[in-house]
This record gives sequence, structure tokens and C-alpha cells, in this order.
Amino acid sequence: MTYTIDGSSGAWEVVIGLEVHAQVISRAKLFSGAATAFGAGPNTQVSFVDAAFPGMLPVINRECVAQAVRTGLGLAAHINLVSRFDRKNYFYADLPAGYQISQYEHPIVGAGRIAIELADGSTKEIGVTRLHLEQDAGKSLHDQHPTKSYIDLNRAGVALMEIVSEPDLRSPEEAGAYLRKLRTILRYLGTCDGNMEEGSMRADVNVSVRKPGEAFRTRCEVKNVNSVRFVMQAIEAEAKRQVAVWEDGGSVGQETRLYDPARGETRSMRSKEDAHDYRYFPDPDLLPLVLEEAWVTELGRHLPELPDAKRARFMREYGLPAYDSAVLVAEQATADFYETVAKGRDARLAANWVIGDLFAALNRTGRGIEDSPVSAASLGGLLDLMADGTINGRIAKDVFEAMVETGADAATIVAQRGLRQVTDTGAIDAAVAQVLAAQADKLAEYRAGKDKLFGFFVGQVMKAMAGKGNPALVNEALKKALG
Amino acid sequence: MLDLSIAAARAALRAREFSAAELTQAHLAAIAALNPRLNAYITVTPEHAQAQAKAADAALARGEHGALTGIPIAIKDLFCTAGVRTTAASRILDPFVPPYESTVSANLRRDGAVMLGKANLDEFAMGSSNMTSAYGPVANPWSRRGDNRPLVPGGSSGGSAAAVAARIAMGATGTDTGGSIRQPASFCGVAGIKPTYGRCSRWGIVAFASSLDQAGPFARTVEDCAILLGSMAGHDAKDSTSADVPVPDFAAACARGVAGLRIGVPQEYRSDGMAPEIEALWQQGIAWLRDAGAEIVDVSLPHTKYALATYYIVAPAEASSNLARYDGVRFGLRTDGEDLVALYENTRAAGFGAEVRRRIMIGTYVLSAGYYDAYYLRAQKLRALILRDFTEAFRTCDALLTPTAPSAAFGQGEKMDDPVTMYLNDVFTVPANLAGIPGLSVPAGLDGQGLPLGLQILGRPFDEETVFAVGATLERAAGFDARPAVCAGA
Repeated sequence: MTYTIDGSSGAWEVVIGLEVHAQVISRAKLFSGAATAFGAGPNTQVSFVDAAFPGMLPVINRECVAQAVRTGLGLAAHINLVSRFDRKNYFYADLPAGYQISQYEHPIVGAGRIAIELADGSTKEIGVTRLHLEQDAGKSLHDQHPTKSYIDLNRAGVALMEIVSEPDLRSPEEAGAYLRKLRTILRYLGTCDGNMEEGSMRADVNVSVRKPGEAFRTRCEVKNVNSVRFVMQAIEAEAKRQVAVWEDGGSVGQETRLYDPARGETRSMRSKEDAHDYRYFPDPDLLPLVLEEAWVTELGRHLPELPDAKRARFMREYGLPAYDSAVLVAEQATADFYETVAKGRDARLAANWVIGDLFAALNRTGRGIEDSPVSAASLGGLLDLMADGTINGRIAKDVFEAMVETGADAATIVAQRGLRQVTDTGAIDAAVAQVLAAQADKLAEYRAGKDKLFGFFVGQVMKAMAGKGNPALVNEALKKALG
Repeated sequence: MLDLSIAAARAALRAREFSAAELTQAHLAAIAALNPRLNAYITVTPEHAQAQAKAADAALARGEHGALTGIPIAIKDLFCTAGVRTTAASRILDPFVPPYESTVSANLRRDGAVMLGKANLDEFAMGSSNMTSAYGPVANPWSRRGDNRPLVPGGSSGGSAAAVAARIAMGATGTDTGGSIRQPASFCGVAGIKPTYGRCSRWGIVAFASSLDQAGPFARTVEDCAILLGSMAGHDAKDSTSADVPVPDFAAACARGVAGLRIGVPQEYRSDGMAPEIEALWQQGIAWLRDAGAEIVDVSLPHTKYALATYYIVAPAEASSNLARYDGVRFGLRTDGEDLVALYENTRAAGFGAEVRRRIMIGTYVLSAGYYDAYYLRAQKLRALILRDFTEAFRTCDALLTPTAPSAAFGQGEKMDDPVTMYLNDVFTVPANLAGIPGLSVPAGLDGQGLPLGLQILGRPFDEETVFAVGATLERAAGFDARPAVCAGA
């Protein structure tokens, strides 16, 4: 099913490429020892290097390089053992040196790929063109003073990975899936926290449209979109705008645009003619970055199991459906939680409980899997009580809710509240007799051939037993009583 | 006392013949007397000097001495000095007091040197005459016989060279991007070495052209230069381009002699327009080395003719980017405007002098889209060829001998109407920067008007020892003992 924009001249295909800026998880900045923590007071994490004082020189942070290599390996990408840093020159108040140190011609990571899963269950491979390391700029605060702008340099010099995709994406859905998958991989690797709200992951979106079968037409770049939802909206809005331009007999000019989520439209920021001339040249303060193959290999040996591999293993090892597996591996913490619950237990039942009851409880309580009110061990304990017949499935739901509320484990709640399943056939028979006596009319109807009332009697008996009756024994006793 | 070499003063201090305080006081008095005429110092730091001299005396009294304990020197005002204003001879840094100390000046301080003050220079080290300083030109202590008109000391480290020549510092730091140590050394009749790129840390030195800038010392003897360089040099993790190689005993190398060494004479340095006196001095230098036991070989550096053009693309390109940080936002001069662009324009127009602006514009141009390949990229290729020329030459010789500069010191105000004429001063010195190799200028004689002339020794990368050995041999043969007209001491 191909996504298209329907114009007056027919269907238009959308071509999308993404440039994602992902903030590297590291204690110190890319070229200075200043800290990188989010949320610190303005200008409290700034070294003289970051502020570009005279005579200050950049020194590469080894950990940032390792993070870029790990990411490259996680994207099945080529690692360039020799790469180079260039200066991208432009003036802005939050760019202290007047240039950004980036990698222009020789990035640290070359071509790789990301497999995305689509709603119809299919998967598609998206090419990654390159990944390079660069410095972030500081932040200009324009709303602190009526006539002045304030500058916060805490972010200046923080390491970013720019991850550029091939123009392989064809719909907002694919772009969304790509971003979510990339975020999952980065989080698994521990190289970026993927937090788009805090700005640690930002996307520039390249969009063009074409008639099916055509070569690429001119693209526009929508800059700095900061959520998956906005990326998807921006693509649709921009594609529709371009279709309208082409169909009005105009032509789309290469330019940089901004997405306004409030109006749901993109606006021109600067045209190609106004584009900066960045005057890139190799940074003479830094030597070429040369990696040892053995070091790269060693980093590769310590990579965690990545989502695609984990998903395949969940399907194979636990017999889970593809969809459930995908849901469970989307976050490493969820996958770990699930595996703790599933270990030595009914793996499919465990998956149902995690995806169903647990996720619902997390949603309701506004908590994440990391601070789940019910631990993986506790949920496992609940499953154990069902497996050994201590409680039935219906009571288990109540026990689980009590666990969410109180944080106590399943066995304690079952004991305290007397929820142990009743398997005493005498007690069951008594309850059956009581129900049949009280429901003489229904009994008569049943006897007259209304078979489906059997379920009604089961329900009444269970109700009489406060839900604690063993369902199989209740069925058996009823059948016997009803002859 | 002021006339002593560093080696001699060091021995006298250790023998307690005089104190570091006395030595420093004598220099401070001489500065007070001569600096108004020479303008060699932008900032004199008597309190710092006296305190350091006192500490030196205390150390000497305890029998502790570093390589330079109690030796008063000048620091080029391009080296950041903690708590002492550092201007780069530019209005734009006029109010700048760094909170940190450059690695090189910290190394000198570690070894006991006493800082007398901050020496004048061409603005941001861009110039060959010291005429571009925002703090006024430096006068060369030398003058032509029978002519009192002031001459330039060369540049950019003109204040450093003039201070050492006039005996108002025993040594000085300089930086050399295209000849900024060697040419003023030649003009002022002192010794000065630009070591191998990476030998000294660039951390804390205001950058001009990062791939070419290298710190080095001035002194009145080759051995003194070797002593100073021994303290200045060394690996620094804060400078990614600093070389992690051991620092040898440079001073010991001065006594090696040249017997058995092969000295190359590059034919391409023999230009048609070369002044006969320069040519004669060069031949004299060749003869001195041959007499001292060296073998003289002819070598070819075929790409020499491209060096100056290459330099005047690479250096401004890097400078245009390095100087972008002087924007009035965080430090230094700020001239407000109605918006950010106006702030930049006003600050930089008020802060930068004409030569600095010219180089920023040249550098911006050669890096621009559409011109990058034609200029910057070609210059980089030529740079590689120039390095290869030297690598080839050093297969057949151990060091090269050339003149340092195409002329003796010229008058203040001369060569100012055409920047290219000024740039030609660097023709013999620039190739060493492009190749990153060490170069030493040694005073070797006087021209017909009584002005000093230097000879340049170039060596293999990280083989400053051979350069010092050749330089010290020339120094002994030349017996240069002339003194400038403006000079402190006996």
C-alpha cells in the first residue's frame, strides 16, 4: 500500500530523507572537560575552550569517539578508521568560536542501515548514508529581556552525532517508524537517550514529491523538528504544499523551512541564495582521527543484543507472535522485565500480562517500566500462584490491582484477603444447590431446552463463592446437578 | 650585568656573585630608560618581576635552581599570562586579562625565569615590521651609520628581538608563523629559533595560523636559545598538535661542531635580485662551515618559488577563522550596535587594524565556495610538495644554510604602500613553516651601513640539535660582537 498525495493531476509520491542530530551520552563535552548534564544553571558548565577564549585548543574526548563507533556498529555501518574534523564557519552569538567543529568530507562512520517495521507487519530496510561527530552550539534566550538576548553556553561543545539517512522513506509513517527505531537502537546502545523533548534528539527533514517513476525533484529541508509526531505532520504539510506548487505550474525551489505545529504548515526560513557559505576547511588544531582496528573490534564485542536480534530471539525462544515481540523489545528495560517474568514460566502468558495488565497499570499511574509499581519478580510470583492453582485467572486480576495499589507481593495479598481458590467439592456443591434453588425460573427454562443458560449458572455460582471457585470444578458440579 | 649571556648570568647567580633581585632591578631600570624610545614592551610588569626574582633568590639560597632561576626575560604579548593583560597588540584585546597562563610561559616560570613584561609585536602577529601594532611601532635599537632615522625591528616578534638586542631582556619568547622569530632576529642582530612544529605547545598562545604557529626563543647567543628552548619545549596534552617526543639537551648540542656534517645550499634561494651583501655573507657562512669540517652540498628545493603564495593563502585562511571569536560578545573590546550584526561589525571595525582586516578578507575569500579548490586546496597540495622538497634534500644533507631575510632592517614607514613588498620579507623563512621544520637565525655580520644580517640554518623535523650545532659553529666563526646604537649596559 503506497502512500501518495492526491493532487488534481493524480497521485504524487513523497520522498523523504532524515538528518538526525543525536546528543552523545558522555560525561564531558566533545573537545573540553566541561560537564554535559541537562538542566544545570545557565553558563555553569562552560570551559574556556567552550567559550573560545584566546589560545584555547580542542582536545578530542575518547569516550565520544567510542560512542560514535558503537552507534556505527549498531547501525551495521562501515567504520572509517581515519576521519577528519573540519571547521564550519559562521557568525552567531551562541557559537563562541565563530565556527563549529564538525566532520564534513571524512565522517567517522560510513554507510549502514536500519530495518523499520510497518503497521501491516512488513519490514523495510532504510539506508544510512553516514554518521559524523560535531559540536552543539549554545542556546540563545530571546525572552529574558525586552531588548537583549541572553546566551547560555552549557550546551556549546556538547557532542552530537549527525545521522543522515538515504532518501529511502516514502511516507510519514515510514519516517516515524525510522525515528522510533533509530531511537530504540541508540537507547539500547546507551549512546543517546533519545529524549526529543529535552532536545537530545532533533531531526531535519528533507522532503520532495514526484510522480511515480520519475527522478527526484527539488527537495526542501524542514529544520529542527523536535518530535516524531511533528516530523510526520511536517512531512505531510510540506508534501502537500509542494504538490500545490507544482500543480499551479510553479516550481519548488531548494530552501530551508521551519514547521509551525500550531498552524500545521511549513514556512520559508532562507532560500538557497541566502544560504550561508560555511567555508569548511580542515581544523588545523586537530590531527586526523585515527582509530585502531583492534579497538573498534573490542567495542563491537561489548555491544548489547540489539532490538532486531532480540525480537527474533523472543519469537524463537518464547514462541511469541511478531507483534508482541516488537512491542516488548521497543525498550530494553521492557524486554529485560519481560524476560525476568517469563523465565521458567508460561512465556506467552507472561507476554500477555506485561503487554496487557502491566502496560495498562503503568499508563494509569503515569510511571515507566523502570519504576513500575509491580516488579518483574512480583509479577512472576502472581503467575506462579495461577500455575499452581492457588488462585484462578479472575482472582489474579484483582490480586494484580491490589499489588499495583499496595506494592505488596501476590502471595501476601492472597493470604491477607483470603483469595485462595476453593477446590473443596462440598463447598462447591453447596453453592450450586443454593443457586439452583434461588433461580427456579431459570432452572425451568434450562430444563425446557435453553442450554445457553449454563454460563449464567456458572457466573452465579462464582459470584456466590466471591470468585474463588475453581472454574473447572464449578463446571463439573453444575453439569452433575443439572443432570 | 646586562651584557651577560644567560649561561653566564646563570653561573653568576648560582655563585651568588649578584642576586636575582639585583639582576631584575638592573633590567627594570634599563627598561625605564630605553623603552620610551624603543617601545619594545607593551606592558612592563615590575611587581611580577620583583616577586619572581625574590622567589628565585630564595630558591638559590636553598641551593635549588631550575634551568632559568632568576633570569629576566620578556614574553611576547601573544602568550596569555594569568592576571597580566594580553593584547596581541590589538585594540580588540586591549582590556583582556587572561585567567590562565600559556603552557610555554608556565614552563619558563616553572624553571625559574623572571617575566619583565609583555613584548610588542605586529597586531595578531601579522606583519614583518612591527608597524601594525595598535600600541605603536617598535624602534630597532640599531640604526644606519650616520643616520638616526628609526628602523623597524622586523616582525612580528619585533619587541622581543629589540628588547634582547638592547639588553633590556636576557631572552624573550617569540612566535614564528612565517618568519616572525627569524626575520626580527636577523634585523636586530640576535639569535632566534623556530623549533619544529609541535615542539612547543600552542596552548594559551593567541592563534594566528594554527598549522604554522610555533613558539621559540630569542637570545644573544645560540647556546642561550638552546637553554630557553629546553624549558619551553615538551609535550602538552592540551594541544593535540604538540608532539609526544623527548626534549633533548639542546645546550649540549651547541658544542658538537660540524665535522662530518653535510650542509646543503639550496640553489633556489639564490634569486637574481639578491643584495650583493647578503650573497657575500651567505658565501662567507658556507666557507666558515667548510673550514669547520662540514661538507657543502648543492641541493634543490624546486617548489620554493610557490612558498610565499602558498603561505599567503594558508595563513590568512586559518586566521580568518581563528579571529572569528573576537566578536565583542564574551571578552575584549565591545562596540555596541542596534542588533547582533551591528555589534559584530562595530566591534571588529573598531578593534582590528588594516593589516588584520586585509588578511581576514583574503582568508575568507580563499575559503569561499567556488574559490576553495582554486586557492586553499591547491595551496595544501603545494604545501605537501614543499615538504617533500625538504624531505628529499635531507636525504643528502643534514642541515641547510640560507640567508634569513632578503635585506637588513628597513626604515619605519618604508615598504608600507604595497603589502606584497612587505610580504617578500618572508621569502626565505616561510618554507620552514609550511614544512614544519626547525629554523635558526644567527647574527653573522654587518652590512655596509652597519646593520646586522643573519644566516638561517634549517634542519630535519625534531633535529634542533644539529641546527644548534651548526648555528653555534657559525656564531664562533663570525665572532659577532657589534652592539646596537640604543643599548643598555656597559
